Amino acid sequence: MPYIQNSDADRAQMLARIGVTSIEELFAPIPKALQLDRPLAIDPGRTEEELKTHLAELGAQNVPAASGPCFLGGGTYDHGWPALVDHLMQRSEFLTAYTPYQPECSQGTLQWIYEFQSMIAELCGCEIANASMYDGASACAEAALMALSQTRRRKVVVSRGLHPDARLTMETYLKHVDAEVVEAPLRDGRTDWSGLVDGDTAAVFVQQPNFFGVIEDLDTPQALAAEHGALSVASVYPVAMGLLRSPGAAGYDIVVGDGQSLGVPMGYGGPSFGFFAARQASVRKLPGRLVGISKDREGRRAYTLTFQTREQHIRREKATSNICTNNALIALRGAIHMAALGPQGLEEVACVSRQRTLELVKAMEEAGFERAFPDAPYLNEVAFRLSDDEAVERLRGALRAEGIRAVVPVSCWYPELAGVFTLACTERVQPDQVLRLAEVAANAVAQEVSR
Amino acid sequence: MNLTPVPLLFEDSRPGRRCMVTAGADRASAVAGMPESELRGKPPALPEVGELDLLRHFTRLSQKNYAISTNFYPLGSCTMKYNPLVNEAIAAQPCWSGLHPWQDADDVQGALALMHGLAKDLGEATGLPGVTLHPAAGAHGELTALMVLRAWLDERGDNQRRTVLIPDSAHGTNPASCALAGFDVVTVKSDERGLLDADSLADKLGPDTAGLMITNPNTLGLFEEEIAEICRMVHEAGGKVYMDGANFNAIMGWTRPGDFGVDMMHLNLHKTMSTPHGGGGPGSGPICVTEELAKYLPTPQVVERGGRFEMATPEASIGRVRGYHGNFMVLVRAYAYVKRLGGEGLKRVAENAVLNANYLRVQVGEHWRIPYDRICMHEFVARPRKEMNDQGVHTMDVAKRLIDLGYHPPTVYFPLVVHEAIMVEPTETESKETLDGFAEAMAQVAQEAMAGDEALHAAPVTTPVSRVDEALAVKDPQLCFRCGS
Repeated sequence: MPYIQNSDADRAQMLARIGVTSIEELFAPIPKALQLDRPLAIDPGRTEEELKTHLAELGAQNVPAASGPCFLGGGTYDHGWPALVDHLMQRSEFLTAYTPYQPECSQGTLQWIYEFQSMIAELCGCEIANASMYDGASACAEAALMALSQTRRRKVVVSRGLHPDARLTMETYLKHVDAEVVEAPLRDGRTDWSGLVDGDTAAVFVQQPNFFGVIEDLDTPQALAAEHGALSVASVYPVAMGLLRSPGAAGYDIVVGDGQSLGVPMGYGGPSFGFFAARQASVRKLPGRLVGISKDREGRRAYTLTFQTREQHIRREKATSNICTNNALIALRGAIHMAALGPQGLEEVACVSRQRTLELVKAMEEAGFERAFPDAPYLNEVAFRLSDDEAVERLRGALRAEGIRAVVPVSCWYPELAGVFTLACTERVQPDQVLRLAEVAANAVAQEVSR
Repeated sequence: MNLTPVPLLFEDSRPGRRCMVTAGADRASAVAGMPESELRGKPPALPEVGELDLLRHFTRLSQKNYAISTNFYPLGSCTMKYNPLVNEAIAAQPCWSGLHPWQDADDVQGALALMHGLAKDLGEATGLPGVTLHPAAGAHGELTALMVLRAWLDERGDNQRRTVLIPDSAHGTNPASCALAGFDVVTVKSDERGLLDADSLADKLGPDTAGLMITNPNTLGLFEEEIAEICRMVHEAGGKVYMDGANFNAIMGWTRPGDFGVDMMHLNLHKTMSTPHGGGGPGSGPICVTEELAKYLPTPQVVERGGRFEMATPEASIGRVRGYHGNFMVLVRAYAYVKRLGGEGLKRVAENAVLNANYLRVQVGEHWRIPYDRICMHEFVARPRKEMNDQGVHTMDVAKRLIDLGYHPPTVYFPLVVHEAIMVEPTETESKETLDGFAEAMAQVAQEAMAGDEALHAAPVTTPVSRVDEALAVKDPQLCFRCGS
């Protein structure tokens, strides 16, 4: 039997030692009437070879965007990572360990979490960071809950430029604690905060750059939050921190985000990891696990989980969050990748992604495409506008037919923006691929006109 | 284990050291047209370390861990079973890892078929056909299910039912999830058999009852024998039953929660379906619900229409609970596990998990107290004898001594209903010899404890650090390199 080592002889000996005569006796606590009297209707088992064949057949029905030119963004980006990351991820001492509740035999996990926290805090410009959240969307929801609890207010003001999954996740979470999400609209691609933040506001949420790739002004929402005693929260795209100032430096209370761009395969959207950075003074309100440095009995440096009295396994219904298992292993990926990048490497990835995007905008504009927000500054993702959604779908299809994965239509989240779509570049995109994209796009639109 | 201290990456950092280089970067042209006010002066001060030193750093850190691949890891309630290597090999392939979440449905038919197939198998195994694969972990699944419960109540216009009943032996996530979903928690006592007491449950059921959260088998490793009656009582009172499926490994193929009256449950794919724990995640906590409740599940859901798979939103969905489509790469591993074992294999898993636990229980029981000493399911709870406590030996000492003997300690001080609990879950993948070795180690520790051996208080001494001062970490918080140093 796969993965089970007990032989029939072992089983017989073990049953005898227990003092029963059959396996069925061990299941006697399950009342007979509740026992399933048929086999589960799940395919028969497979050998390892048969399994690999089955998964290969299934996998062949996918066309991975990462295998060709990929201009898809919308929160997930086709960045690269060194082989070092993949190699270390398969270290089984990381892969098959549990949460480091026993610090003496988990110093490896605890030290890398401490290093992860330190690097995330540095990236965000904050004093502290936790050991990770599920993803960027749930990190936003947790930030909202923390702000509600800290301010005892019932409303959060959220930029409409925040990733739709994050906005919708926050809405789902907040309606269960009788709090509301108020959206700050976009004007020409940037958030318009006027008249929305007041004394009932627990937090203000901005995303940098926003869902359309637009670089937001960080000062306005931060100042509004500070003025009204609300927390300022920014969700950031980590790669952007290679060029843009950190929200922490701009005075933000909480900085969250999704770590996918830090060496994590796109993986159809998960698992990635969420990160959560804040001020040291708010440590007792923080969700999730935290690692700190302490000493052992000999006075040696030792790492341990700390401030556990915030957590569900101690505090139960009074915990700051219900999170237990987070996305540790993927956070380790992020830690290794950040260390592999270093300051210069991070800046280079941001620069090259931006340079390709400038080339893309130039080529697309020459091909007759118009930016949706022509005056808005951007980093490595840009919104364009066509006449309607059908035109966007045809463009997407034409590119796909040429093996180019591109175009995220936005109207499913933004009905007011019919015909708008985004394109993104990473450092993996080559200049000739940018030109090819524009050429195919131009042809697609030309065909449209001649039709 | 590697006992040599490993400096922090920040301490090993030297200006100008590089690992990953991207060609063609030109900052001046990159920042052209970007608002000056949002630019940063210099990039974040990440460590600067070369590739070989990075490799050594993380390799040496890995050698400071106990893991399933190196040591027996009998953590109760955590199901630390073997994580099959073939699943890792499959998940590493670009046909899964290289998919972008916003690709066309036509590009991802294999991925959607996999999710659809996994949901179907989980529905069959639990007897609860409505399945969402979104939740990222068990606690996330609990929260999602409680939101479904709320949606069901809201649709009936029932806003009185705000109370969820939870046994005192429950995982801490249960009450924490209730609080997040806006429910009040009422604790129900376990009886002298370690089971939920139907009489005290009856006392607490009423017009304010939204539901019951019950773990079955419970955290004492015991099957709730009156579960069918318990479910009937909750339904009669107008509530729903949620089952924490953390311990589903014990009953797979033997009984189905949907058949005995459970309305909703989560599965921890990182326990039952063998995906690696990764030092604390990523997990995956799908929830399975009755047909009646399926329309409230989160969006989006994979549906099949005329042989083609696509995403759709359930009729009365609670909305989104996370980004994208779930921890997809974990789902790939779980799917591979289910397809390798098949229905019959899953039943064998439960059999051997229960066999191994009982085999260990009778041996450990020779030296330790087993408060509920009868046939158990996948795990059992022991505790030190009074004579050991009299020698000043506590469960924490036992845990630390086991580390010196080469075993990851069992779960300790949980469940809360057993004083000084030691909760042992061997899982089905361990061999008889490994179990015998652990039983011998437990016997040795028991003898040392009775003799008041110093080794117990000194332990662990074979690890990179000895016992860690947890109070100091709170008193003088050093949570990251910059702020604390």
